[in-house]
Amino acid sequence: MNFSVRDLMPMLPEIFLLAATCFILIFDLFLSDRRRHVTYLLTLAALLGCGWLSFATITGGAATYTMHGMFVDDLLSGTLKLVLYVTVAAVLVYSRQYLHKRGMFRGEFFALLLFATLGMMVMISASSFLTLYMGLELLSLSLYALVAMQRDSALAAEASMKYFILGALASGMLLYGMSMIYGATGTLDITQIGLLLQAGVGNSTVLAFGLVFIVAGIAFKLGVAPFHMWVPDVYQGAPTAVTLFIGTATKLAAFAFVIRLLAQGLVALAGDWQQMLVILSVLSMAIGNITAIAQTNLKRMLAYSTIAHMGFLLLGILAASMDGYSSAMFYVVAYVITGLGSFGMIMLLSRRGFEADRLEDLKGLNQRNPWYAFLMLLLMFSLAGVPPTIGFYAKLAVLQAVMNAGYTWLAVVAVMFSLIGAFYYLRIVKLMYFEAPVDTHDIRPALDMRVLMGVNGLAVLALGILPQALMSVCLYAVERSL
Amino acid sequence: MNFLTGVFYMLSVILLFAGFRVVTTRNPVHAALFLVLAFFSAAGIWLTLEAEFLAIALVMVYVGAVMVLFLFVVMMLDINLDRLREGFWQYLPLAGFVSAMLALEMTVVLGSRTFGLSIVPSPQPHPAGYSNTRELGRLLYTDYVYPFELAAVILVVAIVAAIALTMRRRKNTRYQDPARQVKVKREQRVRMMQMPAEKPSSTKT
Repeated sequence: MNFSVRDLMPMLPEIFLLAATCFILIFDLFLSDRRRHVTYLLTLAALLGCGWLSFATITGGAATYTMHGMFVDDLLSGTLKLVLYVTVAAVLVYSRQYLHKRGMFRGEFFALLLFATLGMMVMISASSFLTLYMGLELLSLSLYALVAMQRDSALAAEASMKYFILGALASGMLLYGMSMIYGATGTLDITQIGLLLQAGVGNSTVLAFGLVFIVAGIAFKLGVAPFHMWVPDVYQGAPTAVTLFIGTATKLAAFAFVIRLLAQGLVALAGDWQQMLVILSVLSMAIGNITAIAQTNLKRMLAYSTIAHMGFLLLGILAASMDGYSSAMFYVVAYVITGLGSFGMIMLLSRRGFEADRLEDLKGLNQRNPWYAFLMLLLMFSLAGVPPTIGFYAKLAVLQAVMNAGYTWLAVVAVMFSLIGAFYYLRIVKLMYFEAPVDTHDIRPALDMRVLMGVNGLAVLALGILPQALMSVCLYAVERSL
Repeated sequence: MNFLTGVFYMLSVILLFAGFRVVTTRNPVHAALFLVLAFFSAAGIWLTLEAEFLAIALVMVYVGAVMVLFLFVVMMLDINLDRLREGFWQYLPLAGFVSAMLALEMTVVLGSRTFGLSIVPSPQPHPAGYSNTRELGRLLYTDYVYPFELAAVILVVAIVAAIALTMRRRKNTRYQDPARQVKVKREQRVRMMQMPAEKPSSTKT
């Protein structure tokens, strides 16, 4: 097998990001603490470069396979990567001040963040079980370290330890499931597996056995019930900048992961995994929404809200149709945009030595700063699924797909749990508008953060009023890639 | 039963015995040594499968590096054995039940019906002069070069993460500057002193 430059062209963004990350890692050693912002700017520049490369090489045509069929460049991967760059850049801008004030504005933070991004890119364009797993490990290892970054915090150490052990267990399960599928079909290539399973190759007992382990591994990584125990602890214990990253960017990779595994590789077993996903989805919507009501910590509440949202995301996937996959993709993008804003707001209200992560810190926000209170109102409405925000349209699209797939009762259940969930989102709105402020410090975020927060909040509204463009992008990407 | 089958059964019995002793022996140093024996027998089984490179890599990496580190850790840490064994009998029924169920499920699914010789035939023996090492190297650097490079990136992340989590720069730490050490002149280190010779005093005052 010979390599030519043409084999490397589809993976140009990955190669560029790896080179840039290594450069930043070394370059940072020669900077004094006073000039650390150069690293920050270089990190943003690396993401911008990746964005340009991905955008320039994106094609609407057929998927390109390279590296012995282990890497795929299709419209789905191109679109998801572009959203990923924007998300990671937003995470960086939101967390700049926060990191400064907590002594975490260090070169390693940016390097690990970029390595995690690289891992997600590998996952997004994986077309073999092997690369899918390698990307996942690259992402997870960077995340374990990022969570533990705040060394003096016992909470962060505990969160990192739990995340590490449960993550390793989940990886083990996933690998075991993958090895069963490999044993039954004799290949690791996702496209090949899809074709072989369509043709009826493989012992059905072994396939079902492997599928159970794969779905359990996916459920662990997505954080859906009953494999959700790590989510609240990690969200609460991690520094908010890392929580923002875990809560938003990784969901994009998780979506790609599920699509590549279930919708591309094991689509012939859809009848089996649909039933498993129904159970996972109903359980997570129930546990997420009901437990979130009892929380007094904002980060913990948003963690349970994530569990519920991931359950909703699975609804779209279990429809197992183009409509379903594209609505799930729309849902994940909508969730990422909204999640960025809500975790960003916690960092915006925090200051040196003070973490605005309790519900009562939001009391009377309207009197302190009506603009931020309005933006938070939009974000909470979007999470709850109140029109005319993007969250409403996302839920509507998923429910439509589920109805079309013939699961009417499931749609009814989902709506009921969304109603329960609306209670705790609206409680925040009530705290902001109808209670007297407890904390009376000035809110003085930097200009870049103010602008981004404004854009983010208004995007939730604008995309909710005009969702058609984003929806058709998602549909087109899914249709051309599957 | 030919000679290779006999070797396989002998190595398997040793492997199972060693694995069992790793869990049951009381002394952690003995447990580590039994683990070495287990690795060694496993390497022997791989040799009978014509995977000589993997067998030698297993011995070199696990026995040579990992287990030596393990032994160091076991010897250096003061492990309280009684505390480790607390609740052993209490958890034994549950652990035994879980293991038995796992073993049962695996025999049901992975029996000869699904992975027997009729479904997965044994591979043809390789001709003389076939190099397992060469084939592995060829595959790693051609077909599997992408995952191979990814594994390298994962190792870089491990190094960066380990340093980021453990390095703490204290204010009063003294550092060496190799460049200045190299540039040092004799005059900066050695001072020639002129002292009058002292006479040994014979009597104490």
